[in-house]
Amino acid sequence: MSEVLTYITEHAVQWGAVILLMLGLYIVMTRGNLIKKVIGLNIFQTAVFLLYISIGYVLDGAAPIVLEGAERYSNPLPHVLILTAIVVSVATTSLALALIVRIQEAYGSIEEDEILEHGET
Amino acid sequence: MERLHVIVLVILLIALAVTLVRLRSLLAIAILTGVYSLIMAVVYTLLDAVDVAFTEAVVGAGITLTLMLAAISLTTRRETKPGKRKGQRIVGAATAIVAGVALIYATTDMPGLGIQDAPIHRHVAPYYIETGPTETGVPNIVTASLASYRGFDTLGEVTVIFTAGISVMALLWRWGKDDR
Repeated sequence: MSEVLTYITEHAVQWGAVILLMLGLYIVMTRGNLIKKVIGLNIFQTAVFLLYISIGYVLDGAAPIVLEGAERYSNPLPHVLILTAIVVSVATTSLALALIVRIQEAYGSIEEDEILEHGET
Repeated sequence: MERLHVIVLVILLIALAVTLVRLRSLLAIAILTGVYSLIMAVVYTLLDAVDVAFTEAVVGAGITLTLMLAAISLTTRRETKPGKRKGQRIVGAATAIVAGVALIYATTDMPGLGIQDAPIHRHVAPYYIETGPTETGVPNIVTASLASYRGFDTLGEVTVIFTAGISVMALLWRWGKDDR
């Protein structure tokens, strides 16, 4: 029984990241509103970040800043990767939102269906 | 105990994400994304990633929220009710579930959260932890590798931000037009 509980507590965060990823993917695929699509993409990205950070975690480890008397540190390398990724995700989000504003000006709507209808007529 | 705190917060994050799927008011969605980012920053702090938590709080909850609010004020506040898109919803749900099941199957082979002798902690990480502070003179190992060992990568990151900034300017700047 306790083995099962240990297994669940060790893997629950990874499963949580997968569920967040599924929800983000679902929003991107099924919602026609472009701003909502961008938000779904953001959830998708943060799920990946969460998975990476959880891999770098060490039980009873200190944050990777040199400290007197610290025996072990968490792995700093996933942190470095994800710092870069967060900043890049903001750059892509801002570009997507700027495109959405332009689409609103050109088509008068940010709903996928209405934009497609506008293109056909 | 630390694991349990993280798990509770991750459940909270999932609940927030489900709310984000169901909500229609874009303003509420944008504000909830800010809340989501802040909770994510707390999770990063609990997982010892203090630099990442800092960045997420500033960039995710601050800048992204501001950009979202600006975009919403320039477009529309409500998502119109989607019409007959049942087929699309089924395909989306099926894809998400297939991907999720495959990924959860993959996690069964992964080392658990916080295992001290997992392969990732025995490969190159000890080298950076031991020699990083003495080689670069920076006590924060994340900063040391970001600015020194992976300096060119950070230069590439700056290039990405610069390109995005130029593109946003090119899209939104009204060159010599006064029609608004």
